[in-house]
Amino acid sequence: MMPLQGRTSQFFAYIFLGAAAFSVVFPLALMILNSLRTNFEILSSPLGFPEAPNFGVYKQVWVESRLGRALLNSCLVAVGTVTIVCLVAAPAAWVIARRRVPGWIAISLYFLATTTVPVQMFIFPLYFLFAKFGLLNNHFALMFVYAAIYTPFSLFLLRTYILSIPVELEEAARIDGAENFQIFRRIIFPLISPGLLTVALIVSLNTWNEFLISITFLQTESAATATARFYQLSGRYGSQWPEMMATASLIAAPTIFFFIVLQRRFIDGISSGAVKS
Amino acid sequence: MVNAATQKQAHRTTRAWFGQDGDSSWLFVVPALLLSFSIIAFPVGATLLLSFTDWNGLGVPHFIGLENFRALFAEARFWKAISNNFIFTTIFVTLPMVIALFAAALLLIISVGRTFFQVVFFLPVTIATIILAQIWRGMIYSPVTGVIGWLQSVGISVSNPLGDPATSLYGVLLVDIWHWWGYLTIIYFAALRQVDVTLIEAAVVDGASYPATFRYVLLPTILPTVLFMLLMSIIWSFRVFDWIYILTEGGPGFSSEVLGTLAYKTAFQQMAVGRASAYSLVMSMLGLLAIAVYLRIQYKSETTS
Repeated sequence: MMPLQGRTSQFFAYIFLGAAAFSVVFPLALMILNSLRTNFEILSSPLGFPEAPNFGVYKQVWVESRLGRALLNSCLVAVGTVTIVCLVAAPAAWVIARRRVPGWIAISLYFLATTTVPVQMFIFPLYFLFAKFGLLNNHFALMFVYAAIYTPFSLFLLRTYILSIPVELEEAARIDGAENFQIFRRIIFPLISPGLLTVALIVSLNTWNEFLISITFLQTESAATATARFYQLSGRYGSQWPEMMATASLIAAPTIFFFIVLQRRFIDGISSGAVKS
Repeated sequence: MVNAATQKQAHRTTRAWFGQDGDSSWLFVVPALLLSFSIIAFPVGATLLLSFTDWNGLGVPHFIGLENFRALFAEARFWKAISNNFIFTTIFVTLPMVIALFAAALLLIISVGRTFFQVVFFLPVTIATIILAQIWRGMIYSPVTGVIGWLQSVGISVSNPLGDPATSLYGVLLVDIWHWWGYLTIIYFAALRQVDVTLIEAAVVDGASYPATFRYVLLPTILPTVLFMLLMSIIWSFRVFDWIYILTEGGPGFSSEVLGTLAYKTAFQQMAVGRASAYSLVMSMLGLLAIAVYLRIQYKSETTS
């Protein structure tokens, strides 16, 4: 497509991009390789292939640090958050996109403004309120916190999907006597399902990886999500690097797997919100 | 008569609030607003109020006026955090942008392997910060188990940047930039691919080199995307927390402290919630200021050009 592909410039491009790709992969490779080595091997040199790969370490950390439970918690929180976000953001995106509510500008600006607020600006009162009502270590409470944070992004993304649906479709249904709720459920919701899938991917990825809020609200071993559990363990494993890196690999594996499988959707979803013209 | 008029008035008000045909449109936005108010807006209001109190998270808060702010303005740690925030944001919004524009320009040249490079560059963004930070801390920066230690053992004089107050902030920045530039590359590349090919062909026919084509044809076309990401980078980097909290906890001393970590530690380690709220408030205000300055510059350059 590009009429600019001279041989030398191609060669130069591959050298640079290759070096960049290596610099990205190198630390991740260290994670996997060193998880299979012994602490002694790592101490003598962090670079190098495992002499006798110790795959047993994965089973060991799985049992020892109760990772199964943590990963399950992460799944639960991610699925719950995505559900709340979709249920809440999609209807709002519809009436805002169609300007059916008075003050839709003010509402949009409000949601836009919340995205600039740092977490430290609301987490303290929330924490002490949750503590008072026994909601710390409660996954449902956490889902609502995440859902509130990820709603504006989802709302604006879904809005663009809704704008691409012809209004005539809704008007025709309205003439046929359909109510708001029916129109939303029968027409809008199915038509924006690609948008909902993108929202689901990005929100669950963010939820899975989130750090500040999860370590604040989930403090027990049984309630911790994978990232919170890893944070707890980094104290316990201290300098046991093979165990630490094996745990890290197990927690990173699901997101890497989903990303590789659904790469096009991730990349399109991420860039669709940002590419302006 | 009066009764009918007020009824009509009341009806009009209901119509105004409930949408055109007295329908239920309003209800569609209520759940989102309720959720956002209860998790964000009201707690933000509470934080605002708490910043004027001495609350410790347990007892009754006492109003102490501007005492919190007076105390923190007198703190060296506070000013260090502010300057660190500005250094961090400045480098974070510029350096990755340059790397990413360069990489995206090269991605456009190559004929095979685009998808491969995109996937690799994007990879770090899909992994949790805590994991990436621990890899860097243990496998790269550590003088005992990391690459730095290995370099020392082969006689190259390097030291752990996180252990030195002069470099700790930059050690953290490097990790954040390492994990971030690929994300920008993907976005810029997506924007570049939407540029009309005939524009590029015209430039080439006119004998323009690729750098010139990029500078005068491609870059201006994707400028809105670049500027948008610049704004987002300012917002995101000003609230940096994870990387610093995990890699240095603000240390050594308070050399890599930022407002985000300072506020968090003050609230949850010292239980000085009132003072922590004051930090948060300053952080929000400065964040807004950075956004305002950016918008002003952008507006000025748009009106002059």
